[in-house]
Amino acid sequence: MGSWKGRDILSIRDLSRADIEAVLKAAKDQVPVAEGKKVSRALEGKILATLFFEPSTRTRLSFESAMHRLGGRAIGFGTPEGTSVQKGETLADTVRMVESYSDAIVLRHPHEGAARLAAEFSSKPVVNAGDGAGQHPTQTLLDLYTIWSEKGAIEGQSVALVGDLKYGRTVHSLAYALAEFGASLTLVSPPGLEMPREIVDRVKQTGTPIATTHRLEDVVKGADVLYVTRIQKERFPDPQEYEKVAGTYRVDLALLRDAKKDLIVMHPLPRVTEIDPAVDATPHAKYFRQAFNGVPVRMALLEMVLGAGG
Amino acid sequence: MRELRVTPIKNGTVIDHIPAGMALKVLKILGIGETVSSTVTVAMHVPSKAMGWKDIVKVEDRELSAKEVDKIALIAPRATVNVIRNYNVAEKHVVRMPDRAVGILRCGNPNCITNLREPVESEFFVRPGEPPRVLCKYCDRELEDIAAAIV
Repeated sequence: MGSWKGRDILSIRDLSRADIEAVLKAAKDQVPVAEGKKVSRALEGKILATLFFEPSTRTRLSFESAMHRLGGRAIGFGTPEGTSVQKGETLADTVRMVESYSDAIVLRHPHEGAARLAAEFSSKPVVNAGDGAGQHPTQTLLDLYTIWSEKGAIEGQSVALVGDLKYGRTVHSLAYALAEFGASLTLVSPPGLEMPREIVDRVKQTGTPIATTHRLEDVVKGADVLYVTRIQKERFPDPQEYEKVAGTYRVDLALLRDAKKDLIVMHPLPRVTEIDPAVDATPHAKYFRQAFNGVPVRMALLEMVLGAGG
Repeated sequence: MRELRVTPIKNGTVIDHIPAGMALKVLKILGIGETVSSTVTVAMHVPSKAMGWKDIVKVEDRELSAKEVDKIALIAPRATVNVIRNYNVAEKHVVRMPDRAVGILRCGNPNCITNLREPVESEFFVRPGEPPRVLCKYCDRELEDIAAAIV
């Protein structure tokens, strides 16, 4: 793990397939600690700063939980209100201050490229926890981990990405990564919310089979993984455009009747109406496990970039 | 009768092989507007063996900075820059497409961190081609209109 110490994690594309596999394997070893069944002191004495310039319950809590589970501590803020940011401080200055208070920085910011900028001003590792509509590499890692741990492999899986593929940032990074691992992709979105062409082109360059459709019912039968996303109201410039497509897809028991027995349904959460709560009780539902997986994956990553034992 | 469209200059720079229609953008890059102090000659839509049609810009009493040449390369990848001293071509070179464009373009993504008040220069990766493709190092977006993004 020597090459990991001090490394910034800004975009999933900065990680090679071997890097990602190393994280997945390390995450598996962290599960008993993440579940509270084993105790670890691997990051005792280390401080993680979590700077959330826009709120994100799941991401922030799972990073903090990950740090605490490893015996470290977390400081930071969950919203910029009341901080020096509101007084007009630049991100560069905030980061230069915070790096002197901590051993690593986790950053969520509403502007694209914020994490890369932060990394330039920090000698401590920076982990991107989402920058605007840009990258969110730890979400991609936990999504990959969920598929890998549930299905035993990523290669060869038929993955359907469903919902808002235009504004949904998690599906962009995930599409690249799945292509890199040799999964086949089906893109299911309402008209107008298709995956941006440049991303489809880049995925195609890897030789990955990729199909597109507007009809969810056509893909359920052949899918190994159904990755459902929320149509995010806040990313729509025009509320009328949102109303037109909201509620297009709904995964319910009727839809899953013809699905493979071992189909897994994933969702980055929060969900609104995309998945009927009746699905929760079926063996297909893996979205809460997926949310839990954020902890061991982030533990693995934090231990690697902080150089455990060092 | 000899028709002299563009007269020779004593000292200055001749930018040749500009794609037809791009001369005014080259003037913009060079900051040539109302307050220019030397003579500037622009020839547009000139027949060219290599390009079919081309534009030419001559600026007297001025040599270009490396940054200006990089900017020109982004919109005119085959341009040649001739430095004239005492009526002679003292230097002649084809512009070279930079690998990276630092501080010469503004990101077209309004939500890019570089468009905020942060102490960084914009930086783009340049992939050669006509036109070249440029990607913001920070937000990863491709710039659609390079000429409009030049600062």
